[in-house]
Amino acid sequence: MISTAVILSALELGCIYALVAMALFLSFRVLNIADMTTDGAFTLGCAVSATVAVAGHPLLALPAAMLAGACAGFITAFLQTKLNIPSILAGIITNTGLYTVNLAVMGFSSNVNLLRTPTLFTLVQPYLGSFFKLVPAAVIIVVMGIALVIFLNTRLGLSIRATGDNPDMVRASSINTGFTITVGLCLSNSLTALSGALLAQYQKTADINLGTGMVIIGLASLIIGETLLPKGKIWMKALGAILGSILYRFIIAIALRMDLPSECLKLISATIVALAIGLPAIKAYLKPATKGGKTGC
Amino acid sequence: MLKLHNISKTFNPGTVNEKTALSGVNLHLAPGDFVTILGSNGAGKSTLFGAIAGSFVVDTGAIHLDGVNITNMPDYKRSKFIGRLFQDPLKGTAPSMTIEENLALAYMRASSGTSPFSMISRKDRAEFRDRLAELGLGLEDRMNHPVGLLSGGQRQALTLLMATLVTPKLLLLDEHTAALDPATAEKVLELTKKIVEENHITCLMITHNIPSALSLGNRTIMMNNGSIVLELAGEERANMTTERLLKVFHEQGISNDRILFSADAE
Repeated sequence: MISTAVILSALELGCIYALVAMALFLSFRVLNIADMTTDGAFTLGCAVSATVAVAGHPLLALPAAMLAGACAGFITAFLQTKLNIPSILAGIITNTGLYTVNLAVMGFSSNVNLLRTPTLFTLVQPYLGSFFKLVPAAVIIVVMGIALVIFLNTRLGLSIRATGDNPDMVRASSINTGFTITVGLCLSNSLTALSGALLAQYQKTADINLGTGMVIIGLASLIIGETLLPKGKIWMKALGAILGSILYRFIIAIALRMDLPSECLKLISATIVALAIGLPAIKAYLKPATKGGKTGC
Repeated sequence: MLKLHNISKTFNPGTVNEKTALSGVNLHLAPGDFVTILGSNGAGKSTLFGAIAGSFVVDTGAIHLDGVNITNMPDYKRSKFIGRLFQDPLKGTAPSMTIEENLALAYMRASSGTSPFSMISRKDRAEFRDRLAELGLGLEDRMNHPVGLLSGGQRQALTLLMATLVTPKLLLLDEHTAALDPATAEKVLELTKKIVEENHITCLMITHNIPSALSLGNRTIMMNNGSIVLELAGEERANMTTERLLKVFHEQGISNDRILFSADAE
């Protein structure tokens, strides 16, 4: 029922989308901000990557996409920290504006074709045989994962973590929360854009709608990963994001094999996320409150 | 050291909720002063701390610390040299981070010269260990535990250590033992006394406990309706008793059940 080709493609896509899960780990879990820029930043990464690749620089396309993503994150952070716009609204505003920007990047066309353009994957194809898609994606995700974990243990990383954990305390430690939020959102959106950049080159096309629902897919992957691995150190959580993303792709692959129409996937993802985030509340409703709860004084 | 000149603050001006929290407060602190602050709820004690720490911008007046005008400096910059503890032990620490990581954050105040990408060094770790051991709570063996697992008293002791890890120019204690059980409160107060004395830290402490307000430190002030209504120092303070101070309270028209209660309990 499941061929090696299916497994391989689930692994490949899992690795590519794991960058979004890692980005959301940084914004949603570490900084405690639901970053709605994600959808637009993903498409921005696709658009920049495709356009730069068409211009003949498939490798340069990746850092260019990351830079573009960081700019998108910076705008959301600016709206939030300098103009005091609530974080979710700030993300939605940037996301809305990005739609036009993304079209502009693709030359006001809703898609860009890379069929005859060399990509990162076609460049390494002669050396890696049938793993030419998996190996580069896996290497990038491992490098980014390690870099993220190391970064979160540096002084700057610690202050970003504390910003999401207890902002009062962070200000009392002479750290500017506006600055830490900005750095965090720039980094997370550059990861998201890198994911989009890889996907565009992977499927040899960029489309204005590729990013739709990406924030929910990323959250679903992140939450699946969190339930798989024990809670603990930062590296465990980063690993969870990667594993969750791969598992999510396997679930999708199986669903498609079972002749589930692909239009249903977004509804399934949305349901997974709603249930997973709502689980503590659901448990509380089901459990009778009389048994030695933590209520009272 | 610390100079407050004619500080005023009104919240929600021009609305029905208008509240003058501070009106024309003047206060001078000499280096090494330990001032205890008494006053009923809403007297402006915490607002005074907020003004000094920069939680909001004051309407009038000027604040100087060590000769530097800090009136318009943002709070995170002031916290480089002002340590602050709150009544709520949860406010001063990051719960999902370890003891060691929390201390590293507090330590950053001193290490503005080091790279933001540097990590906790072995030397830092040894220093944290020594300082934790001085608290006498056994926390030095739990440096990799998340702070969220500690009790309120342990968290408050850790917060105290974090606020003083790099000796601040000024330490603000806002009823920092009020949420703890009596034995733990006593212990944290002892630690406070020890750390403040050893490092000669200039300190302001809000309390509702008259006996400890009179016994700790070298000066006591009483606030009411956003102003300082009484200042005690030297011999006058040494001769002051809880009963006489309570009388002053009544003369000022201040009623405060918590203060009365703490005096009765003595």
